Amino acid sequence: MSQLAAVHQRKTRNGWNVRKRAYFSAAGAALLLAAIGIGSWLLGSAGLSVQLDNRNLPPTLAHLFGTDWLGRDMLSRTVKGLALSIQVGMLGAACSVIIAAVMGLMAATLGKTADRIITWLIDVFLSVPHLVMLILIAFVCGGGLKGVAIGIMLTHWPSLARLIRAEALQLMSAEYVLVSRKLGKSSYWVATRHLAPHLLPQLLVGFLLLFPHAVLHEAAVTFLGLGMSPHQPAIGIILSESMRYLSTGMWWLAVFPGLGLLATVRAFDKLGHYLRQLVDPRNAHL
Amino acid sequence: MINGIMVFAGKKLIRLAALLASVSIITFALVAMSPIDPVQSYIGADVMRVGAEQRQEIAAYWGLDRPFPERFIKWTSALLQGDMGTSMIYREPVTHVIAERFMHSALLMAFAWLLSGVIGFIAGVAAAMRKDSWLDRLIKSYCYTLASTPSFWIGLLLMMIFAVWLGWLPVGMGVPAGVLAENVTWADRLRHMVMPVLTLSVVGIAPIALHTRQKLIDVMDSDFILFAKARGERGLGLLLRHGLRNIALPAITLQFASFGELFGGAVLAEQVFSYPGLGQATVEAGLRGDVPLLMGLVLCSTLFVFTGNALADYFYRMVDPRLRYRKEERA
Repeated sequence: MSQLAAVHQRKTRNGWNVRKRAYFSAAGAALLLAAIGIGSWLLGSAGLSVQLDNRNLPPTLAHLFGTDWLGRDMLSRTVKGLALSIQVGMLGAACSVIIAAVMGLMAATLGKTADRIITWLIDVFLSVPHLVMLILIAFVCGGGLKGVAIGIMLTHWPSLARLIRAEALQLMSAEYVLVSRKLGKSSYWVATRHLAPHLLPQLLVGFLLLFPHAVLHEAAVTFLGLGMSPHQPAIGIILSESMRYLSTGMWWLAVFPGLGLLATVRAFDKLGHYLRQLVDPRNAHL
Repeated sequence: MINGIMVFAGKKLIRLAALLASVSIITFALVAMSPIDPVQSYIGADVMRVGAEQRQEIAAYWGLDRPFPERFIKWTSALLQGDMGTSMIYREPVTHVIAERFMHSALLMAFAWLLSGVIGFIAGVAAAMRKDSWLDRLIKSYCYTLASTPSFWIGLLLMMIFAVWLGWLPVGMGVPAGVLAENVTWADRLRHMVMPVLTLSVVGIAPIALHTRQKLIDVMDSDFILFAKARGERGLGLLLRHGLRNIALPAITLQFASFGELFGGAVLAEQVFSYPGLGQATVEAGLRGDVPLLMGLVLCSTLFVFTGNALADYFYRMVDPRLRYRKEERA
């Protein structure tokens, strides 16, 4: 009864239901992505070159986000940095979704021993703080883009893998899976033909929810100086460089790149949340 | 009761030992696979002045010329005796470095943890009691925005506002610069701690507030609340008598289980404000290739997170009798 009332109430509040909001947030996220992609293509690398005669300019019409201490245009740097962060985030999130899917399916189909080993692995990975793990992996890989990407892959899968495992275990007792196994189909067949299609929406939502985290963690590791080399325009590097100039009052160095990162992360987070509400009816009140 | 605690603690200790063992094996293997030459990172900028023979001597001094299993066994047996080796960058035993910095970090994290817990809980309750009002929407959008904000950026903004523009608070560091250690007062330390604590708690409020809001809305939907309302209870009385008990303990549990996030946040906040804590040591160790210190810090942070989770578990069992009895029946 109360559930019904809640649904009814939500629909009438501003005439938009979750599905409509999901469409709009998807459109917003796509627009943002396109803007960053096209922006980084249009702006070219002209703004990244050093121009010593317009150093330290506050935001003006010519330089919307101002310029830094070497005269580089902050707008181009921010857009380029966001593009790079998004690429790394996409890669990391996609790989960790794949790892999570494989782990979850293996835990569900390969029997008790495999299940125990995988849950133990999940526990171990969850019990080290993400950032410490990222620092360790970035250090082990010797820094650079590779270290950050591998670190994000290896730190983000456990929570999703746990979810997938639970879902897959539930599916394993469904009748059509039981019949299929009685007919002598292999675990691989069951996992790929019966379980995976069922879990696809979950994985998609998982990807969309992991992606903002991946971007944030990428920025954090780069900010700490363990990520990319200082020549690459990454948001984390821009922000950590700006730290030295903040005390001279150059606020635009930090504010705009951070806002750009926030907007990107928020757009995808929103999209992920709405999609999860559509896919998973248990999250009624989120 | 005492017996129960002992059994619980015993089980947790066994799990902890297994966990620490596996974490140390994994990290040690990772570090051993690393393409970074520890001798090289130890030498650093003095590459030109160090010859091949000296390199070998350095490697022999740190025991780096031995095969991997031997190094691991040596390291483990030393660890069991409470010796984590010597930090390469601080030239001090790792245990000393960690112990000294842990005091700074623990204070910082404790303040931030309490502050974010209390404010987050109150915000969550307020949002749920006034569901769909402007207050609820405000708190919700605050939480969602903060959840997708990089915490170090918040730190930068705070630094810009309070230290650069207003000049109320010092820019960074744990203690004032240029003052002898004996002359540093507690007020100084606290003043230097304000901004890192604020950074950590501003971000930490979001999950606890959202969780509390969700739980309280669920509780408010239930039949016993409907009945209480029918009897004429409402407002604060209704919340205190029927709502609060149901949501307080999940919130406490969540707060204990968030130690991992707290540690990660502390790493970033300490880096922004150059606060001399564990987080800064982790970054330094990672950047300059101090393997013993990094290993020690990984184990230390694992222990920290495990303690949080174990406490969360314990509170849950203490409060929720269903969990306790089901376990006992099965046993």
